[in-house]
Amino acid sequence: MMPVDWIWGLVGGLMIGGAAALYLLVNGRIMGASGILGGLVDGTGRSSMVERLAFLFGAMAVPPLLVPFYTLVDTRITSNPAIIIAAGLLVGIGTRLANGCTSGHGVCGISRLAPRGLGSTALYLLGGAVTVYIFRHILGAI
Amino acid sequence: MAAKPFFGHAEPREIIAFVAGGLFGSGLLVSGMIDTKKVQGWLDFFGAWDPTLAFVLGGAVVPMFFVWRLAEARKVSLLGTPIPPRPAPKFDPAFIIGSLMFGAGWGLAGLCPGPALASFAIGGWGGALFFLAMVSGMVVAPTVAGWLSSRTTS
Repeated sequence: MMPVDWIWGLVGGLMIGGAAALYLLVNGRIMGASGILGGLVDGTGRSSMVERLAFLFGAMAVPPLLVPFYTLVDTRITSNPAIIIAAGLLVGIGTRLANGCTSGHGVCGISRLAPRGLGSTALYLLGGAVTVYIFRHILGAI
Repeated sequence: MAAKPFFGHAEPREIIAFVAGGLFGSGLLVSGMIDTKKVQGWLDFFGAWDPTLAFVLGGAVVPMFFVWRLAEARKVSLLGTPIPPRPAPKFDPAFIIGSLMFGAGWGLAGLCPGPALASFAIGGWGGALFFLAMVSGMVVAPTVAGWLSSRTTS
């Protein structure tokens, strides 16, 4: 971790905030990744299907175009398939039960000072911190 | 819907959605949020804590605070969609359990839904497996929610 990482973090954060602002002010939608994807998966977002697909297509297809200009090309994800599957299921089920993730509850909810956004963020940070503590410092698995 | 050419007759709302998605994913890449070890470092409060994500969140939340004030004052978006109403501060068991489950999964692999999308093309088989598991979780989530509410409201 270097101070230059903080600058890139801030720049990336401003881009994320700009995307959320555009989606809200022009389209009137809350930019939440789990909600946009989940509404397509379970069919509750059928009436706005093309809009959702367009957002997801942008989020998936544009970042790879930046890779030649950027040093980080590896997500450094664990190679343990059991951990990956368990984590993916927890994220998929959890974000739909909570009705939001880091973008919807985190970025959009906190900035609106919405009690559910602030509450969910406190809870998922707690869940994440406890999990990292157990799996890294006690079990040494991640 | 399938017959509609995506780029040929794209509506303004769809073009904006594509631009917002592209900017969102690019921001996640630039900020380091797609680096799972960095995310786990942010959650590692008892180890080598990495504060980068506080800068990411701050960079996104501070401008959005003013954008929300503007949006709520205008009441409708530029394309005429009503601004979503403030949700009631409801903290039911599904919300609490779901938030904790999400956090656990986030800590375990270091990926949340946005970065899982943004890194899909460059994340290798691990990223693809995570994405598949996440979508599977979203498929079964309504069943889990129904089971939870039948257990907690009686």
